Amino acid sequence: MSDAGDSPAPLLVEAAPRVPRSKTELFIAFTWLALQGFGGVLAVTQRELVERRRWLSKEQFVELLSLSQVLPGPNVINLSLMFGDRHFGWRGALVAVAGMLGAPLLIVLGLAAIYAQFRTVPQVAGALRGMGAVASGLILSTAFRLAPTLKRNPMGLLPCTLSLGTTALAIGWLRWPLVWVVLALGLAGFAWAWHRLSAQRRSTA
Amino acid sequence: MNGAASLGLHGLAWSDVLHLAGHFALLSLLAVGGAITLASEMQRYLVVEHGWIDALQFNTSIAIAQAAPGPNILFVALLGWSTAGPLGMLATMAGIMLPSSLITFVVGRLRRARRDALAVQAFSVGLAPLTIGLLLATGWVLALPLLGRPLSMLLVPATVVFMLKTNRSPLWMIALGAVVGALGGA
Repeated sequence: MSDAGDSPAPLLVEAAPRVPRSKTELFIAFTWLALQGFGGVLAVTQRELVERRRWLSKEQFVELLSLSQVLPGPNVINLSLMFGDRHFGWRGALVAVAGMLGAPLLIVLGLAAIYAQFRTVPQVAGALRGMGAVASGLILSTAFRLAPTLKRNPMGLLPCTLSLGTTALAIGWLRWPLVWVVLALGLAGFAWAWHRLSAQRRSTA
Repeated sequence: MNGAASLGLHGLAWSDVLHLAGHFALLSLLAVGGAITLASEMQRYLVVEHGWIDALQFNTSIAIAQAAPGPNILFVALLGWSTAGPLGMLATMAGIMLPSSLITFVVGRLRRARRDALAVQAFSVGLAPLTIGLLLATGWVLALPLLGRPLSMLLVPATVVFMLKTNRSPLWMIALGAVVGALGGA
């Protein structure tokens, strides 16, 4: 866990000051933080686990998060799962994920049922359309906020732009099935990144 | 979504529901940027390829999930529900959750063993632009049904500017979108 890969000095990962005492406490903690997360749970997760409950040090959180991001699946779910497993084994993993999803799922289904009752009311249909427009903007803004990080991507700006542009066109405009696009562009990106990263390592070694 | 219709499969056959679960399980393995990056592919599959729900139902599911607290993966539950009722929800949620969770579980346990850092790094570096491209595609696909509705279309760039220029909660924009829409502007 404190394994720092190939970095020159071993990274000291500061241990967490506290630990969850029971699976019940784990469940309540994850339910509580999920219920606070409007428009994304990640920020709340950091605040609750690191600052309020102090179950993770900052370094431990970053380490768990970066692993969650590389693995497939929703980041916060992956993070909860690994955190729960670390403390209470597979039961802990289930409890943490159930806490993260349970109460919010009931709320979402409740909202959908209310919407179904009133969807013929023009104001309700209009309100949902307006919220849909905002949802589109929220997702686009995430893309715009992340795009500048590509300037520091070891693959280089041109390959990044090509990969980004081809993906957006193939999926959004041409509506090609994702599987083939991700397999082709993903493998190409992986191979090119591997090549560039190992060249970088050789030159710094 | 109400009454007896919610107990049935909304006209889908059992084989369709299995197909649904299988497709979402496949997507689960590809969900490296989180589930929302896959929304445009889900829209293609549910709306364009199979016609199980329409574009407006699709957008509604995402809008309701965004307005509620909790991880945004829950839009997948609503998509399943509007496609084939409770069993549809089970199919899409189990599909999207199980494969990626099993991988995370195993990798989480293996991480103490020395892993090839270069492979992990190349994976995240190589897929970064793809993830952002998928987000653009999703935003575009969600905006398409709004063509011809000027105020709705204005809400899209307005939200982008709000999110990039202020530190306020996205709930403000969601509320504004609801009000503008309810007043008939969207």
